[in-house]
Amino acid sequence: MARHEIRIAGFGGQGVILAGMVLGRAATIYEGRHVTLTQSFGPEARGSAASVDLIVASEPVLYPYLTEPDILVAMSQEAYTRFVAALKPQGLLLYEQDLVSCEPARCDLRALGVPATRLAEELGRKLVLNMVLVGFLTGVTGLVSAEAVQKSIADSVPKGTESLNTSAFHRGLDYAAALQPAAISK
Amino acid sequence: MTADPKTVLTGPHFMDGNHAACEGAIAAGANFAAGYPITPSTEIVERFAMRAPLVGATFLQMEDELASSIAILGAAWGGAKAFTVTSGPGFSLMMEHIGYAAMTETPSVFVNVQRGGPSTGLPTLPAQGDMMQARWGSHGDYEIIALSPSSPQECFDLMVDAFNFAEQYRNPVIVLMDESVGHMTEKVVIPAASQIELFPHRYTRRAAADYLPFQPWPDGIPEFARAGDGYRFHVTGLTHNEHGYPAINAPQQQELVGRLVGKIRNHAEAIARAEECRLEDAQIVLVAYGITSRVALRAMQMAREERIPAGLLRPIVVWPFPEKRIRELAARARAFIVVEMNYGQMVREVERAAAGRCKTILMPHAGGAVHRPEAILDIIREAAQ
Repeated sequence: MARHEIRIAGFGGQGVILAGMVLGRAATIYEGRHVTLTQSFGPEARGSAASVDLIVASEPVLYPYLTEPDILVAMSQEAYTRFVAALKPQGLLLYEQDLVSCEPARCDLRALGVPATRLAEELGRKLVLNMVLVGFLTGVTGLVSAEAVQKSIADSVPKGTESLNTSAFHRGLDYAAALQPAAISK
Repeated sequence: MTADPKTVLTGPHFMDGNHAACEGAIAAGANFAAGYPITPSTEIVERFAMRAPLVGATFLQMEDELASSIAILGAAWGGAKAFTVTSGPGFSLMMEHIGYAAMTETPSVFVNVQRGGPSTGLPTLPAQGDMMQARWGSHGDYEIIALSPSSPQECFDLMVDAFNFAEQYRNPVIVLMDESVGHMTEKVVIPAASQIELFPHRYTRRAAADYLPFQPWPDGIPEFARAGDGYRFHVTGLTHNEHGYPAINAPQQQELVGRLVGKIRNHAEAIARAEECRLEDAQIVLVAYGITSRVALRAMQMAREERIPAGLLRPIVVWPFPEKRIRELAARARAFIVVEMNYGQMVREVERAAAGRCKTILMPHAGGAVHRPEAILDIIREAAQ
């Protein structure tokens, strides 16, 4: 029974929740898998912190919360600091490399950085850094197909911004593709 | 009759339980909601307020939960299908009007997205501590129908059922969600409108001169009239006769309250609904509802992997309680384990129905998080020894 646990975390305004919605919708609506998405609604989530948890599974998701995340997407330093310890041994850490310094480092992890904000700025809107990260995650993990994510983006983003968001997604995919294969598989 | 295709968002969606509950209400024909926002239920009415102008409905944000819960009863007598939504302290404030709805036989739906209590408790975290309050919270004798969804899909489905039960039995119906189910996002498939069966209003077709607003039909339920259609009626929370006028005496009390209780109790089998899993050979029967049923099911799977004959009974309709099924299972099971996110509420019903024929074990949780399946498995192992 394959069960993948993913946490995406950053600060408010980075589109953390939307990134989770895009991936979750892609996996369940367009790939027919079982997905449960939860968000932290507690007082600890107030202020700048935002995070979203996804479980993608081949069977119905019974326990709906993360137990040991396989993948952490850290979009802010605070997100890294707060959540890196919970990542499972040999887990995958994807991080916004201009915003996160991986200190203290966990040397068992596969850690891959992407300058998502800068790549988004090159497209004209810093706002779409979340889709760069979704593309990066898709490219690195193959967890969800690029086709499914593209359809999901079209369903999920505000009307009129589909092509900008899709470009950002491709920018992330391309960035992953350009990494040395050794860096990805480690 | 079936749902109005103009209002139903047919197709697959990725949405949370609260939004799904709102769409279920709209699909059921709800055209009026009143509410006072409270976490973790707010998204239901927030969405309804946004959808209302598109589907020809009305949303009123009231000054508090007392006003919200009485506004929906007035709306129902005015011809609307109406609901309100709340949680925790707000549910406590609505108790008076749940009783009024039962006494006046006003079809109405009350959604309670349960959070940790007592008092303001845990606004953003789950619990299942209002199960008995939903049944007994208002004063006097009455019966209630209550439903407990365990997924966003069921939030949609059971809202439709709630409105159908409300119309069919002319009774308040409570949808007992919990914060986990309300706030989790999963795939929700909304069927075609033609596939959504709706129980029509019980509006009378009699001539106005022949109509008695509280004269029951053979099934114990009176016909309804809508304000403005020319029928004379009087609605009161006082004990009343078939004309709807106060009749403050013991025989009338016996007749009315006996009928109010009987119209639900006599149909308990028709209303009952539960999901059963691996009960055919189960010696250890888990009883769980709402979000807790999912973690209990996981524990049951783990027990089965260890060849422990465990099964799960998941009441979907929690009130009336499925006591007949519990009695049947008690005759052959070794133990019931009631897993609930409270300090022991529905366990009392299980114990009562089992009547000592088999052991009943409570696995409580104060709320704020769901049980870990591993912890439930430990209790299953103990019970199986």
